[in-house]
Amino acid sequence: MRRRPILLIATLSGALLLCSACSIQPWVKPYERDRLADPIMAWDRDAISNAYMDHIRESREGSRGATGGAGGGCGCN
Amino acid sequence: MAHRHILARAAVIAALLLIRSTIADVLPDNRADVFYSKYSGGGMDITGYSATARAKITENFAVEANYFIDKVSGASVDVLSQASVIKDERRQKSGTLEYLHDKTTYTASYMSSVERDYISETASFSLSQSMFGDLTTVTLGFARTGNTVGENNGTANKPDVAWLGHALTRAYSGGVSQIITKNFIAGVNLQVITDAGYLANPYREIRYLDTTKTIGYTLASQVYPDTHTSTAVQVQAKYYLPYRAAVTGLYRYYTDTWGVVGNTYELDYTHPIRNQWIFEGRVRYYKQSAATFYSDLFPFAFSQNFTARDQNLAALDNTTIGAKVTYAFLPDGWKVFKRGTVTADVSRIRFNYRDFRDIKDFGVAQGFTPGTEPLYQFDATVYQLYLSMYF
Amino acid sequence: MFSTSTLLKRCAMAAIVVASTAFAASGDASGPAPAFTLTNLSGQPSGLSAYKGQVVMVNFWATWCGPCQQEMPLLDQMYKKYKPAGFTLIGVNVDKEAPAVKELLTRKPVSFPVLLDPANQVSKAYHVDEMPSSVIIDRKGQIRYIHRGYKPGDENDYQDRIRQLIRE
Repeated sequence: MRRRPILLIATLSGALLLCSACSIQPWVKPYERDRLADPIMAWDRDAISNAYMDHIRESREGSRGATGGAGGGCGCN
Repeated sequence: MAHRHILARAAVIAALLLIRSTIADVLPDNRADVFYSKYSGGGMDITGYSATARAKITENFAVEANYFIDKVSGASVDVLSQASVIKDERRQKSGTLEYLHDKTTYTASYMSSVERDYISETASFSLSQSMFGDLTTVTLGFARTGNTVGENNGTANKPDVAWLGHALTRAYSGGVSQIITKNFIAGVNLQVITDAGYLANPYREIRYLDTTKTIGYTLASQVYPDTHTSTAVQVQAKYYLPYRAAVTGLYRYYTDTWGVVGNTYELDYTHPIRNQWIFEGRVRYYKQSAATFYSDLFPFAFSQNFTARDQNLAALDNTTIGAKVTYAFLPDGWKVFKRGTVTADVSRIRFNYRDFRDIKDFGVAQGFTPGTEPLYQFDATVYQLYLSMYF
Repeated sequence: MFSTSTLLKRCAMAAIVVASTAFAASGDASGPAPAFTLTNLSGQPSGLSAYKGQVVMVNFWATWCGPCQQEMPLLDQMYKKYKPAGFTLIGVNVDKEAPAVKELLTRKPVSFPVLLDPANQVSKAYHVDEMPSSVIIDRKGQIRYIHRGYKPGDENDYQDRIRQLIRE
């Protein structure tokens, strides 16, 4: 039961990462990312506040984990 | 006596949250935050203060440091013996390093949390990779936590701590975030956490029916398994509304080897006004089933191998309504500061327990035989106030 | 069987290797530079044809792009320095709406021409696949170099290329 989810993460990531070598053209162009770059579209606009609320919830609930988000933004480099 | 470990344990778990605010193309802006929070509910008041600063040392390398103090005062419903007012303090420090190379961000961090009867240290590492024209971000992470758990048999002013054991926690996480259209981003996170060692809260006790006692029951120590493994999957999505606003939805499914199954549903709405104001409203509903070895009232002593009466493992649900306002008092910066904002956030949470009874305020004296006391429910309010300077 | 942590570490390492090779780097390019006509902030049309015979750098930028903002002052300095030698820099802005651009340029003005491409036609024609992107075009109107993204220090790269092309 413990092995399966970990192997799932590993396989999924492995497959995705190998696939990054294939040339899939991005359907949202870098110059079309104005909305995604807007701070209101960030997963964690205030990371400290979000971490604090997670802390409050986990101290009172039996659940934990899988919160947060990555990616999005302007895609600039 | 009962709530001290809540803070520490929760903070430890929060440190395991590895998938947090990475944008794998450019390191975020330098930022300093001063934060004040207050949690008030269930007979407890917890005040928190923290200061955080992050800065880029080079374009590819950033550091972040945080210092957090939590002060608890009050007595909760599960203080079963002397219902004395407790006071305690927890100090937490953490440091994070971030390194960006091409499309990959590597993050390493360390956190230490200390209170009189609980010490915890976490080391974590994660990797975030941007791909497919920066439309997809894949994150992998690992964290390891060591805890030392004790019980204070004295008072706040004259402590007498007995160290009871250690626990080791390992968390593995993976996540994928995908830009779907120019208005829409979605993600899925998976986290498996496994702990071993002393996992109980020493301040909480079980009760079992005992007709020889006036109150009708006897208190006894909890007995927890010495292992625990949990899996949580969260799916989330954010959508940009044409008049400039964002709506976010998320669902998390949680299950563990202790039999707890939790479902979380949350909806957020963010509404900015030009460059100066951001208003946010949120609604969250959480429901969980009790752990298999949990019971509000056991039939007799040693009725099971494992016994618990910890509120966190009860069958409960809670509903949160929150609102947040951010005001940019320096919308376009001033001197070295690019932007300055102040934020106020209030949440109101109603907790309902389906199999945990309020035995602090109700008992035989009020006409309730054991097991018929009213089910516990309470409201809590969480206030947050913070100042953020971007530079 | 491998322990779970070993498996994860190996996957992570494979990730780094594979994904880092998939990144499109800046480099030499070829082909004629597509002609275009866009309006500037005052509404006057202008285009690549106005700078025939000069070395031109077309910089694609947006108000919402951090690195773009970072390089603007350096691009301005570069423009002033090499203009007498027959160099021009055209800033092509890809914002969907002009007010934000006007506001930014009022606060942080630049001396090089800025043209607006809200319909993203020119960005498409130049196959812009990174923000910011700088396309360096020689005196004959041929694309010679495409620089993707911006990191401090890249302006040295730009200057090397420009000097090279000016000398031709």
